[in-house]
Amino acid sequence: MSETTFGGIAGRMPKFIRRADPAVLTAFACIVLLLFLGSLYSRSFLSPEYLLQQLKVASFLGVIATGMMLVILLGQIDLSVPWSVAAGAMMACAAAAYGPTGVALAIPFGILCGVAIGIVNGIGVAYLRIPSMIITLATNAVAQGLMVVYTGGFSPQDSATVAMRYLATGFTIPGVPNAVIIWALIGAAMVFALTRTSFGRTVYGIGNRERAAYLSGIDTRRVVMIAFAVSGGLSAFGGVLLAGYASKAAQSMGDAYLLPSIAAVVLGGTSILGGRGSYLGTVAGVILITLLQSILSVMQMPEAGRQIIYGVVIVAMLLLYGRAPASR
Amino acid sequence: MKDWRYWLAEQRGTLLALGIFIVMFIIYTSNHPAGFNANVVQTAANKGVLLAFVAMAQTLVVITAGIDLSVGMIFLLTNCLASWLVVGTPMETAFGVVAVLAVGLVCGAINGAIVIYGRLQPIVATIATGAVYYGIGLLLRPFPGGSVNEDLADALTGRVFELVPASLVVLLAVVLVVWVPFSRSVLGRAAYAAGSSETAAYMSGVPIRRGKFMAYTLAGLLAAIGGLFLTFFTYTGEAAYASGNSYTLFSIAAVVLGGVSLFGGKGSAIGAIFGALAFRTIGDLLFVFDFDPLWQPLFQGVILLIAVSLGAFALFRVRNRLEWFL
Repeated sequence: MSETTFGGIAGRMPKFIRRADPAVLTAFACIVLLLFLGSLYSRSFLSPEYLLQQLKVASFLGVIATGMMLVILLGQIDLSVPWSVAAGAMMACAAAAYGPTGVALAIPFGILCGVAIGIVNGIGVAYLRIPSMIITLATNAVAQGLMVVYTGGFSPQDSATVAMRYLATGFTIPGVPNAVIIWALIGAAMVFALTRTSFGRTVYGIGNRERAAYLSGIDTRRVVMIAFAVSGGLSAFGGVLLAGYASKAAQSMGDAYLLPSIAAVVLGGTSILGGRGSYLGTVAGVILITLLQSILSVMQMPEAGRQIIYGVVIVAMLLLYGRAPASR
Repeated sequence: MKDWRYWLAEQRGTLLALGIFIVMFIIYTSNHPAGFNANVVQTAANKGVLLAFVAMAQTLVVITAGIDLSVGMIFLLTNCLASWLVVGTPMETAFGVVAVLAVGLVCGAINGAIVIYGRLQPIVATIATGAVYYGIGLLLRPFPGGSVNEDLADALTGRVFELVPASLVVLLAVVLVVWVPFSRSVLGRAAYAAGSSETAAYMSGVPIRRGKFMAYTLAGLLAAIGGLFLTFFTYTGEAAYASGNSYTLFSIAAVVLGGVSLFGGKGSAIGAIFGALAFRTIGDLLFVFDFDPLWQPLFQGVILLIAVSLGAFALFRVRNRLEWFL
């Protein structure tokens, strides 16, 4: 089959552009547009230091959005992100107070707390068939309650371990922040899992039609539960990194990550109904949102204006390419 | 089957919520140091109606098989706006009240337009519009403050004939003026039908779009009435992110407790009101039993978790495993 049979402009474009998802292309185009607008405002927007700094900030959101994407691909949603992040950070810092063993186990312990929250979510969604939006809100409230009781209502006093700070702010390869490397590793693992393993294929299958996946002999409930556990664990890991970045945990540190993580995944072209989407899109969405936040804060936009612009941009971009098909 | 049995089957969720509320309220008042008197009832009613209004708003949207994660933020926005407008002479106050309610209607209509005509998923769309409404609220009140017409506020949060809390009377009036006509109108039926089976409703020529749009719009109005009442209780306006978020969360809990199905098409706002009152009473139980207030968030979270897990009992009635998957 020759290229010309497709005709028109699309036929003459290179293969990788023709095959790409229009949503992902739009998201990357918006990134370029934002960088261009930013560079009009200040020359330093295109400097490598600034871009690397943005990539580092983006990697925290990236880790959290990776888990969110897995859950959204199933056609579910994880609203327990805020307190999974906070619980991961607080528990890792808390473990650090218990001598050398505690310091050594701080990071795994924080992640395990997130996995535990995720497993409760998973049991609720997969086995009890509770709508994910509800059960994850409920576990979020329970996690919040547990953390409030644990801290006594104040900000926790424990600080992050050296290892946590190293992961979030250190440099193993000169010039490349560790946080970016971690995001790249997690991203690579997720791409591998989604495209090269039966687990990933099943995730897409369940997102399209869980009934069909079940009838083809897959234990769909186990897959759903694992996905929620992974999402909880990655949220908590994001929290651990954030605690390392700020060198301590805080009560409401996760609140600022729920909407951005959902928005990043959806702006990246992943269908909120599940079954469709690529990790490349999520990467684009994460960078897009981080850049938008950064530019608004560089322009010294007050919090109120940032929230408004943020909401409007998300709605506008979704209206561009995230619409459901018309009925009929 | 007699008529009353149909009625009972239809109202089972509402009656269950009423039962839970009555039991909880009896436990609450019998352990309250002041016992059962008009003052205790008034305080409980004033706390409860705020959530009741927001829960009614959530019910309207949930009936259409959607969800409105911006109700808490509309509630905050109208609270901030009311702390500017509902002041001064009776004429000015009346204008302010109308303006606040109109803003609520507009917020709801924007949600409805984006979800129905923009064809976006309600979850994402309302999270985004919620951010916008919160931002506007923050613009209006960067710091807590403002004032309200205190005569009106005291009249609406006081007692009628020294006995009945005025807030409950207003709640009843809102039910009679907003909910009852809506649920009996063609558009209300359309909202139920759209939630039950959108395809079937569409095929039968039911005006599903107008019905859903009406539900989202009225939800904005009800959230605004809640915001107005918040101003009457606190005399100030405050754009507190955590408070808006928790009202959204609690409204969903109240709706679930009130027997409204999150899959749409089932339940009533009256059930959600009792769900809200019951949820508030359960939260306050800790105080009468002298627990540390630190435990309240955990306690409410656990109640919420149990309430939503109760729905899972329906699984035991499923004969065909394929019905697990919608």
